[in-house]
Amino acid sequence: MKDLHALFRHSLAGLRMLVAATLLLGVVYPLVVTGIAQVAFPWRADGSLVTAAGTHTTDADKAVGSALLGQLVDDPGLFQPRPSAAGDGYDPLNSYGSNLGPESPDLIAAIKERKADIAEREGVDPAEVPADAVTASGSGLDPDISIQYADLQVTRVARANDLTEAQVRGLVADHTSARTLGVLGEPRVNVLELNIDVLRLAGRDAPPA
Amino acid sequence: MSSLAPALGQVAVLVAALALAVPFLGRYLAHVYTSPRHLAVERASYRLVRVDPDADQHWRTYAMSVLGFSLAGVLVLYGFGRLQSHLPLSLGFPGLPADGAWNTAVSFVTNTDWQWYSGEAATGHLFQMSGLTVQNFVSAGVGMAVAAALARGLARSLQDGRVGNFWSDLVRTVVRVLLPISLVAAVLLVALGVVQNLLEPQVVHTLAGGVQHVTGGPVASQEAIKELGTNGGGFYNANSAHPFENPSPLTDVFEIFLLLVIPFAMAWAFGIMVGDRRQGGAVLAVMVTLWGAGVALLTWAEMAAPGTAPGLAGGAMEGKETRFGEAASALFAASTTGTSTGAVNSMHDSLTAPGGGVALFNMMLGEVAPGGVGSGLYGLLMLAVVTVFLAGLMVGRTPEYLGKKIGQREVTLVACYVLTTPVLVLVGGAIGLTASDGLAGLLNTGPHGLSEGLYAVTSASNNNGSAFAGITSSTPFWNTLLGLCMLFGRFLPMVFVLALAGLFAGRQKLPPSAGTLPTHRPLFVVLLTGVALVVVGLTYVPVLVLGPIVESLS
Repeated sequence: MKDLHALFRHSLAGLRMLVAATLLLGVVYPLVVTGIAQVAFPWRADGSLVTAAGTHTTDADKAVGSALLGQLVDDPGLFQPRPSAAGDGYDPLNSYGSNLGPESPDLIAAIKERKADIAEREGVDPAEVPADAVTASGSGLDPDISIQYADLQVTRVARANDLTEAQVRGLVADHTSARTLGVLGEPRVNVLELNIDVLRLAGRDAPPA
Repeated sequence: MSSLAPALGQVAVLVAALALAVPFLGRYLAHVYTSPRHLAVERASYRLVRVDPDADQHWRTYAMSVLGFSLAGVLVLYGFGRLQSHLPLSLGFPGLPADGAWNTAVSFVTNTDWQWYSGEAATGHLFQMSGLTVQNFVSAGVGMAVAAALARGLARSLQDGRVGNFWSDLVRTVVRVLLPISLVAAVLLVALGVVQNLLEPQVVHTLAGGVQHVTGGPVASQEAIKELGTNGGGFYNANSAHPFENPSPLTDVFEIFLLLVIPFAMAWAFGIMVGDRRQGGAVLAVMVTLWGAGVALLTWAEMAAPGTAPGLAGGAMEGKETRFGEAASALFAASTTGTSTGAVNSMHDSLTAPGGGVALFNMMLGEVAPGGVGSGLYGLLMLAVVTVFLAGLMVGRTPEYLGKKIGQREVTLVACYVLTTPVLVLVGGAIGLTASDGLAGLLNTGPHGLSEGLYAVTSASNNNGSAFAGITSSTPFWNTLLGLCMLFGRFLPMVFVLALAGLFAGRQKLPPSAGTLPTHRPLFVVLLTGVALVVVGLTYVPVLVLGPIVESLS
């Protein structure tokens, strides 16, 4: 009984402390960060949106996507992203990985099928298809593909857009990021920014916003 | 695909940054927990809340304050979740169901941050920033306060069970440590690409003519304390694999730095608080050894990519982001499970069998490699007491640690501490993996399915919060079971720690004698590391054999 009474008293003090903490940490702190972010880094703070011309914007109506989010590409003449387990594919309202384990029959079947499909699409040997091309990312929103997967797609994209392979290779190089400081992370190619430039170079209109 | 040189290089970058920051932060933490002076803003908060920050609390009172504050936290967060649809910035989401609100309230108050829901599909901005973010701060503060109380108990002599003041420890931790670092870290994260706004999902028309929702929110402010406080609850379902939470290799290594720096620095602060830096150094050495071993093993497993699916694909990239690859994903996975963070930058369910086994083992160690903020230090100190006790038995002398005799009562408390989580994991796991409601939640089958369920109860009981996320835990069965695991896994050990702190504070601090086992030498580091491994080994080997080990061998 005495202990219960003590717990009650301490809970009341705890409740008062929590109210004070909520004002400071749950209102003032996030709003201060939001304020600084919106003034100093508005493009980043609002989601790194890009337009069909490849420029930065904070206006979603003018944007074709976020430089940080992959998106579904149904145009067979463009670079294809990785498989995605987010909703019906690249749905930010459902960021998901497949969560299938290394011995999962479903995953094994999916990898075999993807490998065969990609090899046929690109007209190459299945052994040349890299790992990222046949596996779903952790977020389902991966904006990047490996350099190997980009290289694999160059011939098809060049042919579909009446560009030379050298031109397309140049664009791939433009949108390739090396490891940060030479050691952090992996080299990668940003698919959306690359596709924007392919369309621009080919003189193909982006769909109306 | 990762190669070895950069894989080692990024560990070197991380270790160098930690080596610079840990001594500095450790000194600062020791000052925070020993300084008699209050800041003006702290004094104002004590007046507002009507607590006496100068009362030297008996351990029972200290524990009551911990429990009372946490109880208030659970009740408030529960109500917040249930009622979120009636509050601003809810994005149109309904209130959380009763079992889900219970699970989430317990989860964030216990510093676990297990998530049954998917952030972008269930929680509004206000609940995230004014409910969850607040507990990200204060649950970390509670853990650090308890560790400070134990250090104080060891440093004192004949103080009749008095271990300091919880309110002052909590407020100082938040105001002087967590808030300023989080503020700077959050702004840095935005500069590097993490979003920070209060927008509803913005509709963009994609290059292919489709529609995509760009999901915003106060993400960076939560991301910073999520890592710094070893919380781990993602703003989005994909957590730190989501490009808006972790956009680049640079933010990735920065987030790993944030989640490791306080657990390591607490060991340094401990040495200063007990008046012998070498004691802190020994504890730190054990933490570094265990963490380093985890990183090495997990990196090896992911880069070697054993298993059928990785073999077919030509690499273990399922569930991993291109920008991180195998090595940075392994570094994150080992660090987040070695601390009690539980944030993920890859899906642990899709790790290779040995890689997932290391993640599981890391949590089973009881979160001491280097552990959660505060909980890592007190967890390792409990094992240090076990170690001196065992060593004392071997040579037939009364064991002592830092001049405190280890008697029957001390050993009883430590034994209770060491047994709590294994009992929760094994009993909880047995229930979850035999009940039909439990089995219904598993995605994977065979040994991997067993690992999936085992991972859930291990993560909850050790307050980690990461998952083999194929499991569907949004059911009343799993929400209730895991909620209980988290609750008892957090507060029972804390009460044992505080009781021990009080016992130590009341004992006389004896000068070392010829028979004292030195606890700052490499020999002790080896002994303590061995005890940590043997205790977990003896407890969990049978179930590890049935899960990750048999999967590795298949």
